[in-house]
Amino acid sequence: MPSLWNKLANRKPPPPVDRGPAPLDDEAPVAPSIPARQEPGSPGWHASALPNIANGPDDLLATAAAAVPRRGWRERLSDSGFARGLSSLFARNPVLSDELLDELEITLLSADVGVNATAELIDDLRRRMHKREFADAAALREALRSRMVALLEPVAQPLDPGGRKPFVLLVVGVNGVGKTTTIGKLARRFQQEKRDVLLAAGDTFRAAAVAQLQEWGGRLGVPVCSQGQGADSASVIFDALQMADAHGKDVMIADTAGRLHTRSGLMDELAKVRRVLGKLDAEAPHEVLMVIDGTTGQNAINQVRQFIDAIGVTGLAVTKLDGTAKGGVVFALAREFALPIRYVGLGERAEDLRTFEARAFLDGLLPASA
Amino acid sequence: MFDNLTQRLSATVQRLTGRGRLTEENIREALREVRVALLEADVALPVVQALIERIKVRAVGQEVLKSLTPGQALIKVVRDELTAVMGTQNASLHLAATPPAVVLMAGLQGAGKTTTVAKLAKHLIDHKKKVMVVSADVYRPAAIEQLHTLAQQVGAGFVPSHVGEKPVAIAKAAVDAARREVADVLIVDTAGRTSIDEAMMAEIKALHEALDPVETLFVVDSMTGQDAANTARHFADALPLTGVILTKVDGDARGGAALSVRYITGRPIKFLGAGEKPDALEPFHPDRMATRILGMGDVLSLIEDVQQKTDADKAAKLAAKVAKGKRFDLNDMKDQLDQMLNMGGLAGLMEKLPGVSSLPDKVKSQVNDKEVQRMIAIIGSMTKKERRHPDLLNGSRRARVARGSGTQPADVNRLLKQYTQMEKMMGKFARGGMKGLMRQMGGAMKGMGGRGMPPR
Repeated sequence: MPSLWNKLANRKPPPPVDRGPAPLDDEAPVAPSIPARQEPGSPGWHASALPNIANGPDDLLATAAAAVPRRGWRERLSDSGFARGLSSLFARNPVLSDELLDELEITLLSADVGVNATAELIDDLRRRMHKREFADAAALREALRSRMVALLEPVAQPLDPGGRKPFVLLVVGVNGVGKTTTIGKLARRFQQEKRDVLLAAGDTFRAAAVAQLQEWGGRLGVPVCSQGQGADSASVIFDALQMADAHGKDVMIADTAGRLHTRSGLMDELAKVRRVLGKLDAEAPHEVLMVIDGTTGQNAINQVRQFIDAIGVTGLAVTKLDGTAKGGVVFALAREFALPIRYVGLGERAEDLRTFEARAFLDGLLPASA
Repeated sequence: MFDNLTQRLSATVQRLTGRGRLTEENIREALREVRVALLEADVALPVVQALIERIKVRAVGQEVLKSLTPGQALIKVVRDELTAVMGTQNASLHLAATPPAVVLMAGLQGAGKTTTVAKLAKHLIDHKKKVMVVSADVYRPAAIEQLHTLAQQVGAGFVPSHVGEKPVAIAKAAVDAARREVADVLIVDTAGRTSIDEAMMAEIKALHEALDPVETLFVVDSMTGQDAANTARHFADALPLTGVILTKVDGDARGGAALSVRYITGRPIKFLGAGEKPDALEPFHPDRMATRILGMGDVLSLIEDVQQKTDADKAAKLAAKVAKGKRFDLNDMKDQLDQMLNMGGLAGLMEKLPGVSSLPDKVKSQVNDKEVQRMIAIIGSMTKKERRHPDLLNGSRRARVARGSGTQPADVNRLLKQYTQMEKMMGKFARGGMKGLMRQMGGAMKGMGGRGMPPR
């Protein structure tokens, strides 16, 4: 116990994550120095963090261009406790032993990989190790890597909003996972792909949820269809789809209120949204994107199961992977449901929503070479 | 998908039967099951390891009480230990300071800070405090507006703030405003922050320094996984936390995060957020949370309930009667039904069974005591003689009883069929005495938990 905490306490502090603007390209080179975050409250900080709605996206682009490159997502994830644990484990170049496997098991469990998925991975390694399949620890590491990639590769399927017009994207999830923020980031991403986006403020329950989405719309210059708090969510989304159709929008992203998966009444409401959309377009929604908080533990499995039952989830987005939690839950989910993982959220800025790539994800967690 | 710990342990502890004491040897495998159960409940691994050690120390050498099976004995140790770690009392807020007493909220993004501010405000307002709230969240779009709306809903004073201001300046101005308005309590909402974001952690430290709050509450999502330990450690290092609020406990997460956070920070869990409405703030009960983490429903308290509320005299009389080989009649059946209602009825029993909490509300709402009450009414419509000698009930008597109790003859028939089954069962226990009967009852109830559906 104490030694573990000491390890945590002594870890090298990560470079401060700048909340300010950043370049727009996805895989920018790593800057040698990252400037410290501006003092919140200084004029520059506000101009960049919350661009004036009146100035719209131009302002955002202008401030963004002046900024420094930020780290790729391998750099970000390799800073995680999970990756550091694994790296230090193998850096010692240990002998092949059951103790090594035990340590590996502990590392996987502490990353929320889950008891079952961990047992499966470790038992397989143990069996093969006893058959003397591995020459050294590095070979064992490669074996673990390939097993983990094999779990994730099939679910790394990017979302393609082409083909349908308007492409209806419904965003669902429990409370506080980052649905609205993800929508803002998604809208920006689609906009950059030169798609015409419309947002539907379907979270009519939470205080100021509509205002939050409108703020995003204002920043990006994307229209937001809303009826205000307390309105019927299905009706808002229905109207939005009509509007998207009439204005020839490419993508319509609908927000929904966060709901715990155990509330059957609220889950029925989601089914209603689907029914109502079906009246306009039998195939809508074309994507039901469920947002999962990356810090969630094994309950994520229950969440996904209930949402699948209620509305038929077709893709996942895992958020908040920029903290100390590093998404081991992704393995448990891939194993259990094999649902496509579309995006990961690696920070608070608009461009921190990335397409999920199995290798990039794993490279950050367990690099190929020691 | 998670078996409850009782079921999990039953296989491994079977071989303990007949042993008088728990020893390190014979509980090793059982402890492994406890470890898995705790991990599945999202208790952080270092905390699990520490707990297992403590449980081992306490369990080894314990005598297995005659009334409990070895499995139950071990579970009792586990549960007691978890309860002990989680703190023994539910601590409330300490607001004894020169008004305004400042409460600072801290936590990750999406933990539920803003909603909790509103709930706390409502809670304090209900306790006759004058409460003001302020948002120092200048980052998330519309966060300030959200708190404004919620403040209006619960009737708390709202100190306006703007995204252009510095959080520390907002906080200082809010304290002045609260002093001017003579508020008893000022609750300060803050932006969600990742614990390794140094700039943001420096900001909340500065806020804490400027405000000198009497309560610094760490808000944590009950669905959090292993990361709860890291995050709690970082926040506790940065801020002198005074308490923890666990949110979203109305979900079905087992809430191992509660244990991790409590263990790491050493701070009491003061409240639970259990719903979306502003009044959904509950006091924290360590024993209930321990039970929930173990996923075993409230089986132990159910057993206690059965023991306490069964009318001992009547039970003894019935046992004596059955033992003498006398017949179990409809009077006895009525006594049993009455006792069932005494224990809070079916719904009350259901609540305490493992696995039931995950049933949809629809199913739960179907369980009520109407059926039991109807059965009592049917028996009540019989003559004394008929109750003693149920064989007397021929067709025309049954029709009369149905009319008298406002039921259908089919209902009367069903009751008599159930009676016949019970009578048969009682015959079997004639030699087992009351103890055997009680054990059987416990077993039958556990079985019910497994099926999840009450008999119709």
